[in-house]
Amino acid sequence: MEFKGTVHKYGRDVDTDVIIPARYLNTSDPAELAKHCMEDIDTAFVDKVAPGDIMVAEENFGCGSSREHAPIAIKASGIDVVIAKSFARIFYRNSINTGLAIMECPEAVDAINDGDEVQVDTETGVIADLTTGQTFTAQPFPPFIAEIIQEGGLVNRWKKKLGTA
Amino acid sequence: MARPMTMAEKILAAHAGLPEVEPGQLIECDLDLVLANDVTAPIAIKTVREITDHVFDPDRVILVPDHYVPNKDIKSAEQAKIVRDFAHEQNISHYYEVGCMGVEHALLPEQGVVGAGDLVIGADSHTCTYGALGAFTTGVGSTDAGVGMATGKAWFKVPETIKFVVDGPLNPGVTGKDIILHIIGLIGVDGALYKAMEFTGSAIESLPMDERLSISNMAIEAGGKAGLIPVDDVTRAYMDGRVERPYTAYYADPDAEYAQVITIDAADIVPTVAFPHLPSNTRPVTEARDVTIDQAVIGSCTNGRLDDMRQAAAVLKGRKVHPDVRCIIIPATQKVYRQCMEEGLMDIFLDANCAVSTPTCGPCLGGYMGILAAGERAIATTNRNFVGRMGDPTSEVYLSSPAVAAASAVLGHIGLPEDLD
Repeated sequence: MEFKGTVHKYGRDVDTDVIIPARYLNTSDPAELAKHCMEDIDTAFVDKVAPGDIMVAEENFGCGSSREHAPIAIKASGIDVVIAKSFARIFYRNSINTGLAIMECPEAVDAINDGDEVQVDTETGVIADLTTGQTFTAQPFPPFIAEIIQEGGLVNRWKKKLGTA
Repeated sequence: MARPMTMAEKILAAHAGLPEVEPGQLIECDLDLVLANDVTAPIAIKTVREITDHVFDPDRVILVPDHYVPNKDIKSAEQAKIVRDFAHEQNISHYYEVGCMGVEHALLPEQGVVGAGDLVIGADSHTCTYGALGAFTTGVGSTDAGVGMATGKAWFKVPETIKFVVDGPLNPGVTGKDIILHIIGLIGVDGALYKAMEFTGSAIESLPMDERLSISNMAIEAGGKAGLIPVDDVTRAYMDGRVERPYTAYYADPDAEYAQVITIDAADIVPTVAFPHLPSNTRPVTEARDVTIDQAVIGSCTNGRLDDMRQAAAVLKGRKVHPDVRCIIIPATQKVYRQCMEEGLMDIFLDANCAVSTPTCGPCLGGYMGILAAGERAIATTNRNFVGRMGDPTSEVYLSSPAVAAASAVLGHIGLPEDLD
């Protein structure tokens, strides 16, 4: 898949409590969750994010709680892809499972600035910063995980396997 | 002869039906238990329904409403109801209604639901708590949990293991909580990312079960996938007569390969507090005495067990909470609550002007039952001190052991029990 959008850049250890504060976890409605995405570290985010935008962050993105509401909120806010130096383990699985595209690419994170226009191809892993003209290649997914993504997520994979699709 | 393996590798191999596994290998495993709570189960239940009309085994799916129950508002009530209705429809034997429930990771070990050698996934990041029983248990999201509930299976990437050897006698006042805060301070919040942690050494062996559970509970705060402690006489004494299924103790081979072995002299560990806004931001309590507090919270899946209550009570006995502090005590299960009554701890808490709550995760994640106003500070025996974790984004949470939290509640600022003398 190809995505193009404006970058919203954050630091390291962006935890799931700031991605979607627990006070809003009395619902799992994506649109409701999206209204509060990132609000504890960036109150302006929900107003400035546009559909197709890209989130960029340093190490350990999505650390903390197991709440799947975090990738759901990011996706529902309009973000199509998150590029980080590394992802916390549960967030990584949750993103694959909920269809939020994620890419690990430390060089890109170092070079890309907040507000840059960036284009990515999640299949080839190519990240192009259209503002600066630089390009980078993200780590490819292990084949097993690429397969889950291609099958449309873990649920679809099992539906196919069990013949309940 | 299989390759030498760590505890984590052995448990995963056994559940994948393989003689051996190695780090990096992607495997599909049979699960012993799958767990979710009132926040994560509604999405997991949706996932189950997309795949099938029944769970893989109604005795091995665990549903514990604990985060926002007793219902904090109408939306929470609706979520709890989804879980309740599903539990009844599917004849889930381990569903814990208000009045029976406790904070999930205190409740399941106490009730003997989980035992050594188990492979458990839970849609709650602190599912790693049961590693203290010698089980491989790890937090996942709702979709993974839902697929697990439907199929009894999950995929894993076999993690490398970091072994921690904590040797020597512990300093006075140092608890399991101080040990794990010390370790997280040492390696950082992603120091064990994608890895299993194995906690060994004479200092770990000297700890009672409740304090071991606190250590494994916070493995996730270092990014860990699991936090295992080898089974010994303390574990066996805790499990025997309690665990509802036969258990298996897996031990690391002497020549198992570790990503890293970190040796810690127990003498270097002192009563520790984690400053905002990361659990790794640790300092000795003695360097935190200038931090005044508005609230103390003693409870949670980290420190809401009986030993924690006893340690808090020992400090609060005959004393009063500082007039500028609200001290909220939350025994983590009904059983702990009753034991607090039977041992007279409840009288100590009430005499000290503490508020004592029915079991709930409540304030730990900023849900309810002790939310902080703008700029307020709390000391808490909980596990996270992220921005906005217990309330307003400008509020602050300092993490500590129960004794330090209790002493701080009396002092009005962070301090040690001996500061009260």
